[in-house]
Amino acid sequence: MKKNKQKIYLDYASTTPAGESVVSAMIPLLQKDFGNPSSLHALGQDALYAIDEARRKVAEFLGAKESEIIFTSSATEADNIALSGVLQKEKKAHVITSVIEHKAVLEPLNSSSAEVTYLPVNKEGVVKVEDVLKEIRENTVLVSIMYANSEIGTIQPIKEIGAAVKRINENRKKKIVFHTDAVQAVNYLPCKVNDLNVDLLTISGHKIYGPKGVGALFIRQGIEISPIFYGAKQERGVRPGTENTAAIVGLSQAVEDLQKNMTEKTEKLRDRIIDTILSEIPQTRLNGSRERRLPNNINISFKGVEGESLLIALDQKGIAVSTGSACASRSLLPSYVLLAIGLSHEEAHGSLRVTLGRMTTEKEVDYFLEQLPLIVERLRKISGK
Amino acid sequence: MKNYYTKKTIQRFLEPKYFGEMKDATGVGEVGNPRCGDRMKVYIKIKNGKIVDASFQTLGCAAAIATSDVICEMIIGKTTKEALSITEKEMIEKLEKLPLVKVHCSSLAIEGLKKAIENYEKKED
Ligand code: FES
Repeated sequence: MKKNKQKIYLDYASTTPAGESVVSAMIPLLQKDFGNPSSLHALGQDALYAIDEARRKVAEFLGAKESEIIFTSSATEADNIALSGVLQKEKKAHVITSVIEHKAVLEPLNSSSAEVTYLPVNKEGVVKVEDVLKEIRENTVLVSIMYANSEIGTIQPIKEIGAAVKRINENRKKKIVFHTDAVQAVNYLPCKVNDLNVDLLTISGHKIYGPKGVGALFIRQGIEISPIFYGAKQERGVRPGTENTAAIVGLSQAVEDLQKNMTEKTEKLRDRIIDTILSEIPQTRLNGSRERRLPNNINISFKGVEGESLLIALDQKGIAVSTGSACASRSLLPSYVLLAIGLSHEEAHGSLRVTLGRMTTEKEVDYFLEQLPLIVERLRKISGK
Repeated sequence: MKNYYTKKTIQRFLEPKYFGEMKDATGVGEVGNPRCGDRMKVYIKIKNGKIVDASFQTLGCAAAIATSDVICEMIIGKTTKEALSITEKEMIEKLEKLPLVKVHCSSLAIEGLKKAIENYEKKED
């Protein structure tokens, strides 16, 4: 077999490479500025200063106060702290979320003692604002809806939900807390917490060209969050443990580097891919919404083709993508997100997710669009469908 | 570069030799994998008690396609009895190894073969 040198990464929703400036910002914190931010000597205070600076940058990006940002070890941890942190002291609480949330939201809710309403989504994957409002009860304490979905790229009406919850809160003694997991949104969508009217917001380092192993949670002033594990008083005691200074600084550098002008270019490439596949390959369907869609997300099902085999065949051509097929998951279950928007098992089976990023070029897209139809045709011959 | 599958599996998957419908098959077996929703059809042609030709059609993962191809290759020239004694392990050896979560895909191929032989025997009676 010929070794294919070409490497085309089209899986940016899974993770992104750290930017050059991110890496250079991190290195000093691992070496000469290695101090513990809790130490009173100069080395420690330098590290503390670095974290404070990082906090300032993240706060600025979110339009929040510095005191409203805590750093965590991941977005999963931030989601867990947000949800469990609100629910811990509540008895007989009710929570509203959607069926297509990330596992980092669904699992903590599943294992909590709260009563949970899982809102359905329409066939484009959109949560309706009215549906949220309809489900609000006297004992509702928390609403958690993601900003954008990682698999199908659907963007939720967060601003509208936030405004509606805020209105309802005006007449309530016990205020409802509104959380959004914004991990996939940060690269492309406005994230000012006061425009969105969110109380809690989660971001991740490695989805925005920062390092892995770091996330951040915005906690609006006045919202009480109990820690989910205990230790010293780092991150106001909400997230104890010596700070991962290098990763925190890396995350803040990534936030600072977010490129405002990426959206249009990425959207063009996305639309080109969607239009070409749908028009040139028969028996295909786009999953998710055409309009309310992240600029970098493409999710398409191919009839008579299984997604894992498609992924492996593309990988052999040097192209990295992802799939919602049962065959590609450890559980051997198809993507619950695809099933929730009404796909049959068979349609989920034949799904392919392509996510674009900062480094994606027109040329890479050409090559992908050249290879894909050939592979689909071959696999359809093998399946006889 | 690390790969999920062995070179042999990839090669079989990319260039299977035995895929396609067989119009003059004497036995056809169709099976589905209840766990992940895959489907496989095995075609065999039997003459004088021996399998003289075999082919498959598989909608499934790379491992399912590769093991489909392996089983077709292994049964050609064998009696039905010999063919039925082929184990998952023997098939996987032909690919060197399979990820653990993919072992069930090779049992799909064995099931498909069993059904094809049953189908042939029913017609014979
Ligand atoms: S056919 Fe589904 S995992 Fe192999």
